[in-house]
Amino acid sequence: MIRIANGQGFWGDWLEAPVRLIDDGPIDYLTLDYLAEVTMSILQKQRQQDPELGYARDFPPLIGRIARRLRDHHIKVVANAGGVNPTACARAVLKAAPGLKVAVVLGDDILPRIDEFLAKGHQMRNIDTGEPISTIREHILSANAYIGAFPLAEALATGADVVISGRCADAALVLAPMIDRFGWGSDDYDKLAAGIVAGHIIECGGQCSGGNCQVDWQNIPDLANIGYPIVEAEADGSFAVTKHPGTGGRIDSHGVKEQLLYEIGDPRQYMTPDCIADFTSLHLEDTGPDRVRGSGVCGGPRPAMLKASISYHAGWKASGTLVYSWPNAIEKARVADRITRERLDQLGLHFDEIYTEYFGVNACHGPAAHPVADPTEVQVRISVRGPDKRAVDRFTREMIPLVLTGPPGGTGYGEGRPEVRQIVAYWPALIPREEIQTRVEVVA
Amino acid sequence: MKIPLSRIAHTRSGDKGDIANIGVIAWRPHYYPILLREVTPARVKSYFGEMVAGGVDRFELPSLHAVNLLLHHALGGGGTVSLRTDAQGKTLGAALLALEIEIDERELTD
Repeated sequence: MIRIANGQGFWGDWLEAPVRLIDDGPIDYLTLDYLAEVTMSILQKQRQQDPELGYARDFPPLIGRIARRLRDHHIKVVANAGGVNPTACARAVLKAAPGLKVAVVLGDDILPRIDEFLAKGHQMRNIDTGEPISTIREHILSANAYIGAFPLAEALATGADVVISGRCADAALVLAPMIDRFGWGSDDYDKLAAGIVAGHIIECGGQCSGGNCQVDWQNIPDLANIGYPIVEAEADGSFAVTKHPGTGGRIDSHGVKEQLLYEIGDPRQYMTPDCIADFTSLHLEDTGPDRVRGSGVCGGPRPAMLKASISYHAGWKASGTLVYSWPNAIEKARVADRITRERLDQLGLHFDEIYTEYFGVNACHGPAAHPVADPTEVQVRISVRGPDKRAVDRFTREMIPLVLTGPPGGTGYGEGRPEVRQIVAYWPALIPREEIQTRVEVVA
Repeated sequence: MKIPLSRIAHTRSGDKGDIANIGVIAWRPHYYPILLREVTPARVKSYFGEMVAGGVDRFELPSLHAVNLLLHHALGGGGTVSLRTDAQGKTLGAALLALEIEIDERELTD
Protein backbone atom coordinates (compact mmCIF):
# COMPACT_ATOMS: atom_id res chain seq x y z
CA MET A 1 0.00 0.00 0.00
CA ILE A 2 1.19 3.51 -0.76
CA ARG A 3 -0.14 6.77 0.62
CA ILE A 4 -0.59 9.59 -1.88
CA ALA A 5 -1.75 12.95 -0.56
CA ASN A 6 -2.85 15.96 -2.58
CA GLY A 7 -1.92 19.29 -1.02
CA GLN A 8 -3.09 21.81 -3.63
CA GLY A 9 -6.25 21.82 -5.74
CA PHE A 10 -5.32 24.89 -7.75
CA TRP A 11 -2.74 27.65 -7.72
CA GLY A 12 -3.80 29.90 -4.88
CA ASP A 13 -5.03 27.05 -2.67
CA TRP A 14 -4.32 27.00 1.08
CA LEU A 15 -0.55 27.36 1.56
CA GLU A 16 -0.48 25.46 4.86
CA ALA A 17 -2.13 22.31 3.47
CA PRO A 18 0.95 20.59 1.98
CA VAL A 19 3.04 21.40 5.04
CA ARG A 20 0.44 19.90 7.36
CA LEU A 21 0.09 16.79 5.19
CA ILE A 22 3.77 16.14 5.83
CA ASP A 23 3.72 17.11 9.52
CA ASP A 24 0.50 15.43 10.68
CA GLY A 25 1.05 11.80 9.65
CA PRO A 26 2.68 9.38 7.24
CA ILE A 27 2.56 9.82 3.46
CA ASP A 28 4.74 8.47 0.65
CA TYR A 29 3.89 10.90 -2.13
CA LEU A 30 2.75 14.51 -2.10
CA THR A 31 0.98 15.70 -5.24
CA LEU A 32 0.25 19.34 -5.97
CA ASP A 33 -2.20 20.38 -8.69
CA TYR A 34 -1.60 23.99 -9.64
CA LEU A 35 -3.15 24.23 -13.09
CA ALA A 36 -6.77 25.08 -13.69
CA GLU A 37 -7.81 25.70 -17.28
CA VAL A 38 -7.41 29.46 -16.95
CA THR A 39 -4.09 29.19 -15.11
CA MET A 40 -1.98 28.44 -18.20
CA SER A 41 -3.01 31.76 -19.72
CA ILE A 42 -2.06 33.64 -16.54
CA LEU A 43 1.33 31.92 -16.50
CA GLN A 44 1.84 32.69 -20.17
CA LYS A 45 1.27 36.39 -19.45
CA GLN A 46 3.88 36.25 -16.70
CA ARG A 47 6.40 34.53 -18.96
CA GLN A 48 5.86 37.23 -21.59
CA GLN A 49 6.98 39.77 -19.01
CA ASP A 50 9.91 37.71 -17.67
CA PRO A 51 11.35 34.64 -19.47
CA GLU A 52 12.36 33.11 -16.12
CA LEU A 53 8.72 33.06 -14.94
CA GLY A 54 5.63 31.20 -16.14
CA TYR A 55 5.42 28.59 -13.38
CA ALA A 56 3.61 28.41 -10.04
CA ARG A 57 5.71 30.78 -7.99
CA ASP A 58 4.39 29.44 -4.68
CA PHE A 59 6.03 26.09 -5.40
CA PRO A 60 9.80 26.72 -4.95
CA PRO A 61 9.41 28.41 -1.54
CA LEU A 62 7.10 25.58 -0.44
CA ILE A 63 9.72 22.97 -1.37
CA GLY A 64 12.34 25.05 0.44
CA ARG A 65 10.12 25.00 3.52
CA ILE A 66 9.53 21.22 3.51
CA ALA A 67 12.81 19.98 1.93
CA ARG A 68 14.26 18.60 5.12
CA ARG A 69 11.15 16.64 6.00
CA LEU A 70 10.87 15.33 2.43
CA ARG A 71 14.37 13.90 2.78
CA ASP A 72 13.92 12.59 6.33
CA HIS A 73 10.67 10.78 5.52
CA HIS A 74 11.54 9.77 1.92
CA ILE A 75 8.50 11.60 0.54
CA LYS A 76 8.39 12.25 -3.21
CA VAL A 77 6.66 15.28 -4.70
CA VAL A 78 4.80 15.21 -8.03
CA ALA A 79 3.53 18.60 -9.19
CA ASN A 80 2.38 20.31 -12.37
CA ALA A 81 3.91 23.50 -10.98
CA GLY A 82 6.01 23.90 -14.12
CA GLY A 83 3.20 25.66 -15.96
CA VAL A 84 4.59 26.95 -19.25
CA ASN A 85 8.19 26.90 -17.97
CA PRO A 86 9.04 23.68 -16.04
CA THR A 87 12.81 24.05 -16.42
CA ALA A 88 12.83 27.54 -14.89
CA CYS A 89 10.63 26.16 -12.11
CA ALA A 90 13.17 23.36 -11.47
CA ARG A 91 16.01 25.88 -11.29
CA ALA A 92 14.07 27.91 -8.73
CA VAL A 93 13.37 24.76 -6.69
CA LEU A 94 17.06 23.85 -6.64
CA LYS A 95 17.87 27.36 -5.48
CA ALA A 96 15.32 27.08 -2.66
CA ALA A 97 16.22 23.49 -1.74
CA PRO A 98 19.79 22.64 -2.76
CA GLY A 99 20.60 18.93 -2.68
CA LEU A 100 17.21 17.63 -3.80
CA LYS A 101 17.07 15.68 -7.04
CA VAL A 102 14.62 17.38 -9.41
CA ALA A 103 13.29 15.93 -12.66
CA VAL A 104 11.16 17.74 -15.23
CA VAL A 105 8.79 16.30 -17.82
CA LEU A 106 8.92 18.24 -21.08
CA GLY A 107 7.10 17.99 -24.37
CA ASP A 108 3.65 19.32 -23.53
CA ASP A 109 4.40 22.76 -24.97
CA ILE A 110 3.14 22.80 -28.57
CA LEU A 111 3.05 26.57 -29.11
CA PRO A 112 6.02 26.50 -31.54
CA ARG A 113 4.40 23.66 -33.50
CA ILE A 114 0.96 25.06 -34.34
CA ASP A 115 1.84 25.87 -37.97
CA GLU A 116 3.49 22.48 -38.39
CA PHE A 117 0.29 20.80 -37.17
CA LEU A 118 -1.86 22.95 -39.46
CA ALA A 119 0.36 22.07 -42.42
CA LYS A 120 -0.14 18.39 -41.59
CA GLY A 121 -3.90 18.91 -41.69
CA HIS A 122 -4.60 18.86 -37.94
CA GLN A 123 -7.32 21.48 -37.69
CA MET A 124 -7.42 21.51 -33.89
CA ARG A 125 -11.09 22.41 -33.95
CA ASN A 126 -12.56 23.78 -30.76
CA ILE A 127 -14.09 20.75 -29.00
CA ASP A 128 -17.04 22.83 -27.81
CA THR A 129 -17.83 24.93 -30.89
CA GLY A 130 -16.31 22.97 -33.81
CA GLU A 131 -14.53 26.05 -35.19
CA PRO A 132 -11.09 25.45 -36.77
CA ILE A 133 -8.13 26.97 -34.96
CA SER A 134 -7.29 29.07 -38.02
CA THR A 135 -9.98 31.53 -36.85
CA ILE A 136 -7.82 32.48 -33.84
CA ARG A 137 -4.35 31.58 -35.17
CA GLU A 138 -2.99 35.14 -34.89
CA HIS A 139 -4.16 35.48 -31.29
CA ILE A 140 -2.77 32.28 -29.75
CA LEU A 141 -0.78 32.89 -26.56
CA SER A 142 -0.12 29.37 -25.27
CA ALA A 143 -0.72 25.81 -26.42
CA ASN A 144 -0.10 22.68 -24.37
CA ALA A 145 -1.02 19.04 -24.79
CA TYR A 146 -2.30 17.22 -21.73
CA ILE A 147 0.25 14.55 -20.96
CA GLY A 148 -0.50 11.47 -18.91
CA ALA A 149 0.91 9.61 -15.92
CA PHE A 150 3.48 7.44 -17.70
CA PRO A 151 6.04 10.22 -18.35
CA LEU A 152 5.56 11.35 -14.72
CA ALA A 153 6.22 7.77 -13.55
CA GLU A 154 9.31 7.69 -15.77
CA ALA A 155 10.53 10.82 -13.99
CA LEU A 156 9.88 9.20 -10.59
CA ALA A 157 11.90 6.19 -11.76
CA THR A 158 15.00 8.41 -12.07
CA GLY A 159 14.97 8.54 -8.26
CA ALA A 160 13.99 12.20 -8.27
CA ASP A 161 12.70 13.70 -5.03
CA VAL A 162 10.64 16.26 -6.93
CA VAL A 163 8.96 15.73 -10.31
CA ILE A 164 7.78 18.85 -12.12
CA SER A 165 5.56 18.83 -15.20
CA GLY A 166 3.74 21.41 -17.24
CA ARG A 167 0.23 20.69 -18.48
CA CYS A 168 -0.74 17.18 -17.47
CA ALA A 169 -4.07 15.59 -16.71
CA ASP A 170 -4.78 16.52 -13.10
CA ALA A 171 -5.53 12.98 -11.99
CA ALA A 172 -2.31 11.74 -13.65
CA LEU A 173 -0.36 13.31 -10.76
CA VAL A 174 -1.94 10.72 -8.45
CA LEU A 175 -1.83 7.82 -10.91
CA ALA A 176 1.90 8.28 -11.60
CA PRO A 177 3.13 7.05 -8.17
CA MET A 178 0.93 3.93 -8.53
CA ILE A 179 2.47 3.14 -11.93
CA ASP A 180 5.94 3.75 -10.51
CA ARG A 181 5.44 1.62 -7.43
CA PHE A 182 3.13 -1.16 -8.71
CA GLY A 183 4.62 -1.49 -12.19
CA TRP A 184 1.25 -1.19 -13.96
CA GLY A 185 1.44 -1.37 -17.76
CA SER A 186 -0.33 0.70 -20.39
CA ASP A 187 -2.86 -2.12 -20.94
CA ASP A 188 -3.79 -2.53 -17.26
CA TYR A 189 -6.93 -0.59 -18.11
CA ASP A 190 -8.94 -1.30 -14.96
CA LYS A 191 -6.06 -0.46 -12.64
CA LEU A 192 -5.18 2.71 -14.52
CA ALA A 193 -8.84 3.74 -14.45
CA ALA A 194 -8.95 3.08 -10.70
CA GLY A 195 -5.92 5.33 -10.23
CA ILE A 196 -7.59 8.02 -12.32
CA VAL A 197 -10.79 7.81 -10.26
CA ALA A 198 -8.77 8.05 -7.04
CA GLY A 199 -6.86 10.97 -8.55
CA HIS A 200 -10.04 12.75 -9.59
CA ILE A 201 -11.43 12.34 -6.06
CA ILE A 202 -8.45 14.09 -4.41
CA GLU A 203 -7.30 16.45 -7.19
CA CYS A 204 -9.27 19.37 -5.73
CA GLY A 205 -7.73 18.92 -2.27
CA GLY A 206 -10.07 19.90 0.56
CA GLN A 207 -13.09 19.73 -1.72
CA CYS A 208 -13.34 15.99 -0.96
CA SER A 209 -12.67 16.25 2.77
CA GLY A 210 -15.43 18.64 3.78
CA GLY A 211 -14.74 21.82 1.82
CA ASN A 212 -17.50 23.18 -0.46
CA CYS A 213 -19.63 20.27 0.69
CA GLN A 214 -23.42 20.40 1.10
CA VAL A 215 -23.62 17.30 3.28
CA ASP A 216 -24.77 18.61 6.70
CA TRP A 217 -22.20 21.33 6.18
CA GLN A 218 -22.94 23.22 9.38
CA ASN A 219 -21.73 20.21 11.36
CA ILE A 220 -18.54 19.42 9.47
CA PRO A 221 -15.90 19.59 12.22
CA ASP A 222 -13.16 22.20 12.37
CA LEU A 223 -12.93 23.41 8.76
CA ALA A 224 -10.28 25.88 9.96
CA ASN A 225 -7.94 22.91 10.31
CA ILE A 226 -9.27 20.86 7.39
CA GLY A 227 -7.21 17.77 6.63
CA TYR A 228 -6.42 17.38 2.94
CA PRO A 229 -7.18 14.01 1.36
CA ILE A 230 -4.93 10.97 1.20
CA VAL A 231 -5.41 7.98 -1.10
CA GLU A 232 -4.18 4.65 0.24
CA ALA A 233 -3.64 2.78 -3.00
CA GLU A 234 -3.33 -0.99 -3.33
CA ALA A 235 -1.57 -2.86 -6.11
CA ASP A 236 -4.89 -4.42 -7.22
CA GLY A 237 -6.39 -1.00 -7.98
CA SER A 238 -8.60 -0.71 -4.91
CA PHE A 239 -8.07 2.29 -2.70
CA ALA A 240 -9.21 4.12 0.40
CA VAL A 241 -9.73 7.87 0.68
CA THR A 242 -8.88 9.21 4.11
CA LYS A 243 -7.10 12.04 5.97
CA HIS A 244 -4.75 12.30 8.91
CA PRO A 245 -6.35 11.61 12.33
CA GLY A 246 -7.04 14.72 14.37
CA THR A 247 -7.44 17.04 11.40
CA GLY A 248 -10.64 18.92 10.61
CA GLY A 249 -13.15 18.28 7.87
CA ARG A 250 -14.93 15.04 7.06
CA ILE A 251 -14.59 12.24 4.54
CA ASP A 252 -17.65 10.12 3.82
CA SER A 253 -19.16 8.53 0.74
CA HIS A 254 -21.64 11.35 0.15
CA GLY A 255 -18.89 13.96 0.13
CA VAL A 256 -16.72 11.77 -2.09
CA LYS A 257 -19.63 11.42 -4.55
CA GLU A 258 -19.95 15.22 -4.75
CA GLN A 259 -16.30 15.44 -5.75
CA LEU A 260 -16.50 12.44 -8.08
CA LEU A 261 -19.17 14.25 -10.12
CA TYR A 262 -17.35 17.58 -10.06
CA GLU A 263 -16.53 18.99 -13.50
CA ILE A 264 -17.05 15.80 -15.45
CA GLY A 265 -18.92 15.03 -18.67
CA ASP A 266 -20.06 11.52 -19.55
CA PRO A 267 -19.23 9.46 -16.44
CA ARG A 268 -18.93 6.26 -18.48
CA GLN A 269 -16.19 7.78 -20.60
CA TYR A 270 -13.91 9.94 -18.50
CA MET A 271 -11.15 10.55 -21.02
CA THR A 272 -7.55 10.79 -19.90
CA PRO A 273 -4.26 10.40 -21.74
CA ASP A 274 -3.72 7.00 -20.05
CA CYS A 275 -7.12 5.31 -20.24
CA ILE A 276 -10.86 5.87 -20.40
CA ALA A 277 -12.36 5.47 -16.93
CA ASP A 278 -15.93 4.34 -16.26
CA PHE A 279 -17.02 6.22 -13.13
CA THR A 280 -20.28 4.29 -13.05
CA SER A 281 -18.37 1.09 -12.22
CA LEU A 282 -17.03 2.49 -8.95
CA HIS A 283 -18.26 0.92 -5.73
CA LEU A 284 -17.94 3.17 -2.67
CA GLU A 285 -18.21 2.04 0.92
CA ASP A 286 -17.89 3.87 4.23
CA THR A 287 -15.44 1.63 6.10
CA GLY A 288 -14.68 3.78 9.14
CA PRO A 289 -14.54 7.32 10.44
CA ASP A 290 -13.21 9.58 7.65
CA ARG A 291 -12.52 6.56 5.50
CA VAL A 292 -14.16 5.57 2.20
CA ARG A 293 -13.14 2.52 0.20
CA GLY A 294 -13.31 2.54 -3.59
CA SER A 295 -13.22 -0.61 -5.73
CA GLY A 296 -14.52 -2.26 -8.87
CA VAL A 297 -13.44 0.42 -11.31
CA CYS A 298 -13.38 -0.57 -14.98
CA GLY A 299 -11.47 1.14 -17.74
CA GLY A 300 -10.73 0.98 -21.43
CA PRO A 301 -7.78 1.70 -23.73
CA ARG A 302 -6.35 5.19 -23.93
CA PRO A 303 -7.81 7.44 -26.65
CA ALA A 304 -5.98 7.96 -29.95
CA MET A 305 -6.09 11.72 -29.51
CA LEU A 306 -4.66 13.86 -26.73
CA LYS A 307 -6.48 16.93 -25.50
CA ALA A 308 -4.72 20.25 -25.95
CA SER A 309 -5.25 23.37 -23.90
CA ILE A 310 -4.80 26.48 -26.04
CA SER A 311 -5.18 30.06 -24.85
CA TYR A 312 -5.68 33.12 -27.03
CA HIS A 313 -6.24 36.84 -26.77
CA ALA A 314 -9.98 37.49 -27.00
CA GLY A 315 -10.32 41.20 -26.26
CA TRP A 316 -10.72 43.29 -23.12
CA LYS A 317 -13.14 43.50 -20.26
CA ALA A 318 -13.93 45.50 -17.14
CA SER A 319 -16.48 45.33 -14.32
CA GLY A 320 -17.63 48.16 -12.07
CA THR A 321 -19.86 48.05 -9.00
CA LEU A 322 -21.96 50.48 -6.97
CA VAL A 323 -24.11 49.89 -3.89
CA TYR A 324 -27.60 51.30 -3.30
CA SER A 325 -29.54 51.03 -0.04
CA TRP A 326 -33.17 50.97 1.06
CA PRO A 327 -35.63 52.40 0.18
CA ASN A 328 -36.12 51.20 -3.39
CA ALA A 329 -32.65 49.66 -3.56
CA ILE A 330 -33.43 47.42 -6.54
CA GLU A 331 -35.08 50.25 -8.48
CA LYS A 332 -32.12 52.57 -7.86
CA ALA A 333 -29.68 49.92 -9.05
CA ARG A 334 -31.73 49.31 -12.20
CA VAL A 335 -31.87 53.04 -12.94
CA ALA A 336 -28.07 53.27 -12.51
CA ASP A 337 -27.70 50.50 -15.07
CA ARG A 338 -30.10 52.20 -17.52
CA ILE A 339 -28.27 55.52 -17.24
CA THR A 340 -24.88 53.89 -17.76
CA ARG A 341 -26.06 52.09 -20.88
CA GLU A 342 -27.59 55.31 -22.26
CA ARG A 343 -24.35 57.22 -21.73
CA LEU A 344 -22.26 54.45 -23.35
CA ASP A 345 -24.65 54.53 -26.28
CA GLN A 346 -24.36 58.31 -26.62
CA LEU A 347 -20.57 57.98 -26.65
CA GLY A 348 -20.94 55.64 -29.63
CA LEU A 349 -19.08 52.87 -27.82
CA HIS A 350 -19.68 49.34 -29.03
CA PHE A 351 -19.08 46.19 -27.04
CA ASP A 352 -19.51 42.49 -27.69
CA GLU A 353 -21.53 42.32 -24.51
CA ILE A 354 -22.77 44.51 -21.67
CA TYR A 355 -23.88 42.42 -18.71
CA THR A 356 -25.50 43.59 -15.49
CA GLU A 357 -25.94 41.71 -12.23
CA TYR A 358 -27.71 42.68 -9.01
CA PHE A 359 -26.09 41.22 -5.89
CA GLY A 360 -28.68 40.49 -3.26
CA VAL A 361 -31.25 39.84 -5.99
CA ASN A 362 -30.21 37.40 -8.71
CA ALA A 363 -26.48 37.64 -9.53
CA CYS A 364 -25.73 33.99 -8.82
CA HIS A 365 -28.92 32.08 -9.59
CA GLY A 366 -30.26 34.24 -12.44
CA PRO A 367 -33.80 33.36 -13.48
CA ALA A 368 -33.81 30.55 -10.88
CA ALA A 369 -33.39 33.00 -7.98
CA HIS A 370 -36.41 33.27 -5.71
CA PRO A 371 -38.00 36.73 -5.71
CA VAL A 372 -36.71 39.27 -3.19
CA ALA A 373 -39.28 41.88 -2.21
CA ASP A 374 -37.46 44.80 -0.62
CA PRO A 375 -33.78 44.17 0.12
CA THR A 376 -32.02 46.52 2.48
CA GLU A 377 -29.19 46.97 -0.03
CA VAL A 378 -28.25 45.91 -3.53
CA GLN A 379 -24.95 45.99 -5.37
CA VAL A 380 -25.12 46.57 -9.11
CA ARG A 381 -22.23 45.19 -11.16
CA ILE A 382 -21.96 46.28 -14.77
CA SER A 383 -19.45 44.52 -17.02
CA VAL A 384 -18.43 45.04 -20.64
CA ARG A 385 -16.19 43.19 -23.05
CA GLY A 386 -15.04 43.87 -26.58
CA PRO A 387 -12.09 44.04 -28.96
CA ASP A 388 -11.43 47.81 -28.47
CA LYS A 389 -9.37 48.48 -25.35
CA ARG A 390 -10.10 52.23 -25.53
CA ALA A 391 -13.83 51.62 -25.44
CA VAL A 392 -13.49 49.37 -22.39
CA ASP A 393 -11.27 51.97 -20.73
CA ARG A 394 -13.85 54.69 -21.41
CA PHE A 395 -16.51 52.52 -19.77
CA THR A 396 -14.44 52.37 -16.56
CA ARG A 397 -14.88 56.14 -16.23
CA GLU A 398 -18.67 55.95 -16.37
CA MET A 399 -19.46 54.25 -13.06
CA ILE A 400 -18.33 56.58 -10.28
CA PRO A 401 -19.92 59.74 -11.77
CA LEU A 402 -23.28 58.06 -11.09
CA VAL A 403 -22.75 58.75 -7.39
CA LEU A 404 -23.38 62.47 -8.05
CA THR A 405 -25.46 62.23 -11.21
CA GLY A 406 -27.70 59.18 -10.72
CA PRO A 407 -30.18 57.80 -8.22
CA PRO A 408 -29.80 58.89 -4.57
CA GLY A 409 -27.43 57.24 -2.14
CA GLY A 410 -24.94 55.50 -4.43
CA THR A 411 -21.88 54.27 -2.51
CA GLY A 412 -19.28 51.51 -2.44
CA TYR A 413 -16.96 53.11 -5.00
CA GLY A 414 -13.99 53.26 -2.58
CA GLU A 415 -11.70 51.07 -4.66
CA GLY A 416 -11.80 53.55 -7.49
CA ARG A 417 -12.07 53.09 -11.21
CA PRO A 418 -12.46 49.49 -12.45
CA GLU A 419 -9.43 47.85 -14.00
CA VAL A 420 -9.28 46.97 -17.71
CA ARG A 421 -8.32 43.30 -18.05
CA GLN A 422 -7.16 41.32 -21.03
CA ILE A 423 -9.38 38.37 -21.89
CA VAL A 424 -7.23 35.31 -22.43
CA ALA A 425 -9.68 32.69 -23.58
CA TYR A 426 -9.47 28.91 -23.57
CA TRP A 427 -9.58 26.76 -26.72
CA PRO A 428 -9.82 23.01 -26.07
CA ALA A 429 -8.77 20.89 -29.04
CA LEU A 430 -7.48 17.43 -29.95
CA ILE A 431 -4.12 16.42 -31.39
CA PRO A 432 -3.00 12.93 -32.48
CA ARG A 433 -1.05 11.26 -29.69
CA GLU A 434 1.90 10.37 -31.92
CA GLU A 435 2.63 14.08 -32.44
CA ILE A 436 3.52 14.50 -28.77
CA GLN A 437 6.86 13.14 -27.58
CA THR A 438 7.60 13.71 -23.92
CA ARG A 439 11.03 13.53 -22.39
CA VAL A 440 12.37 13.51 -18.86
CA GLU A 441 15.34 15.59 -17.78
CA VAL A 442 17.07 15.63 -14.44
CA VAL A 443 17.94 19.25 -13.68
CA ALA A 444 21.18 19.80 -11.83
CA MET B 1 -46.98 16.45 -2.36
CA LYS B 2 -44.49 19.03 -3.63
CA ILE B 3 -41.06 19.29 -2.00
CA PRO B 4 -37.78 20.99 -2.92
CA LEU B 5 -35.09 18.79 -4.47
CA SER B 6 -32.93 19.40 -1.39
CA ARG B 7 -35.12 16.95 0.57
CA ILE B 8 -34.00 14.00 -1.54
CA ALA B 9 -30.64 15.04 -3.04
CA HIS B 10 -27.53 17.17 -2.74
CA THR B 11 -25.50 18.75 -5.53
CA ARG B 12 -22.14 20.11 -6.59
CA SER B 13 -21.54 22.19 -9.70
CA GLY B 14 -18.63 23.41 -11.78
CA ASP B 15 -17.57 24.23 -15.32
CA LYS B 16 -15.94 22.93 -18.48
CA GLY B 17 -15.62 25.95 -20.72
CA ASP B 18 -19.12 27.27 -21.39
CA ILE B 19 -20.73 24.09 -20.05
CA ALA B 20 -21.91 23.98 -16.45
CA ASN B 21 -22.08 20.57 -14.82
CA ILE B 22 -24.28 19.75 -11.85
CA GLY B 23 -23.83 16.46 -10.03
CA VAL B 24 -27.07 15.48 -8.28
CA ILE B 25 -26.74 12.79 -5.62
CA ALA B 26 -29.69 11.06 -3.93
CA TRP B 27 -29.57 11.12 -0.14
CA ARG B 28 -30.87 7.54 -0.09
CA PRO B 29 -30.76 4.76 -2.71
CA HIS B 30 -34.55 4.61 -3.00
CA TYR B 31 -34.64 8.31 -3.94
CA TYR B 32 -32.63 7.61 -7.08
CA PRO B 33 -35.65 6.54 -9.21
CA ILE B 34 -37.36 9.76 -8.07
CA LEU B 35 -34.36 11.75 -9.33
CA LEU B 36 -34.67 10.02 -12.69
CA ARG B 37 -38.38 10.73 -12.82
CA GLU B 38 -38.30 14.36 -11.66
CA VAL B 39 -34.93 15.90 -12.59
CA THR B 40 -35.34 15.62 -16.34
CA PRO B 41 -33.27 17.62 -18.84
CA ALA B 42 -36.40 19.46 -19.97
CA ARG B 43 -37.30 20.53 -16.43
CA VAL B 44 -33.75 21.65 -15.67
CA LYS B 45 -33.59 23.65 -18.89
CA SER B 46 -36.84 25.43 -18.15
CA TYR B 47 -35.86 25.98 -14.48
CA PHE B 48 -32.79 28.00 -15.45
CA GLY B 49 -34.60 29.78 -18.29
CA GLU B 50 -32.58 32.17 -20.43
CA MET B 51 -29.44 31.43 -18.39
CA VAL B 52 -28.97 28.18 -20.36
CA ALA B 53 -28.68 29.07 -24.04
CA GLY B 54 -28.04 25.47 -25.16
CA GLY B 55 -29.48 22.10 -24.30
CA VAL B 56 -29.27 19.98 -21.15
CA ASP B 57 -27.86 16.44 -21.13
CA ARG B 58 -28.30 13.96 -18.30
CA PHE B 59 -26.04 10.99 -17.53
CA GLU B 60 -27.01 8.30 -15.04
CA LEU B 61 -24.81 6.69 -12.36
CA PRO B 62 -27.11 4.00 -10.94
CA SER B 63 -24.49 2.39 -8.70
CA LEU B 64 -23.83 5.75 -7.01
CA HIS B 65 -27.50 6.84 -7.02
CA ALA B 66 -26.61 10.03 -8.84
CA VAL B 67 -27.03 11.84 -12.14
CA ASN B 68 -24.72 14.28 -13.90
CA LEU B 69 -26.31 17.21 -15.69
CA LEU B 70 -24.54 19.14 -18.43
CA LEU B 71 -25.96 22.61 -19.15
CA HIS B 72 -24.63 23.78 -22.50
CA HIS B 73 -23.86 27.45 -23.16
CA ALA B 74 -24.85 28.22 -19.60
CA LEU B 75 -21.94 30.36 -18.43
CA GLY B 76 -22.01 33.44 -20.65
CA GLY B 77 -19.05 32.21 -22.72
CA GLY B 78 -17.33 30.48 -19.82
CA GLY B 79 -13.90 30.82 -18.26
CA THR B 80 -12.24 34.19 -18.66
CA VAL B 81 -14.64 35.36 -21.41
CA SER B 82 -17.72 35.29 -19.19
CA LEU B 83 -18.74 38.54 -17.53
CA ARG B 84 -20.65 36.75 -14.82
CA THR B 85 -19.54 36.79 -11.21
CA ASP B 86 -20.20 33.05 -11.10
CA ALA B 87 -18.41 32.37 -14.37
CA GLN B 88 -17.59 28.84 -13.22
CA GLY B 89 -21.15 27.92 -12.27
CA LYS B 90 -20.20 27.18 -8.67
CA THR B 91 -23.63 28.25 -7.35
CA LEU B 92 -25.84 26.56 -9.94
CA GLY B 93 -25.97 23.32 -7.96
CA ALA B 94 -27.31 25.23 -4.98
CA ALA B 95 -29.85 26.97 -7.22
CA LEU B 96 -31.18 23.60 -8.35
CA LEU B 97 -31.89 22.56 -4.72
CA ALA B 98 -35.07 24.62 -4.86
CA LEU B 99 -36.43 22.72 -7.86
CA GLU B 100 -39.93 21.66 -6.90
CA ILE B 101 -40.53 17.96 -7.29
CA GLU B 102 -43.67 15.87 -7.00
CA ILE B 103 -43.41 12.97 -4.59
CA ASP B 104 -45.75 10.52 -2.93
CA GLU B 105 -45.58 10.99 0.83
CA ARG B 106 -44.90 7.26 1.23
CA GLU B 107 -41.74 7.62 -0.87
CA LEU B 108 -40.29 10.07 1.62
CA THR B 109 -38.40 8.74 4.64
CA ASP B 110 -36.32 10.90 6.92
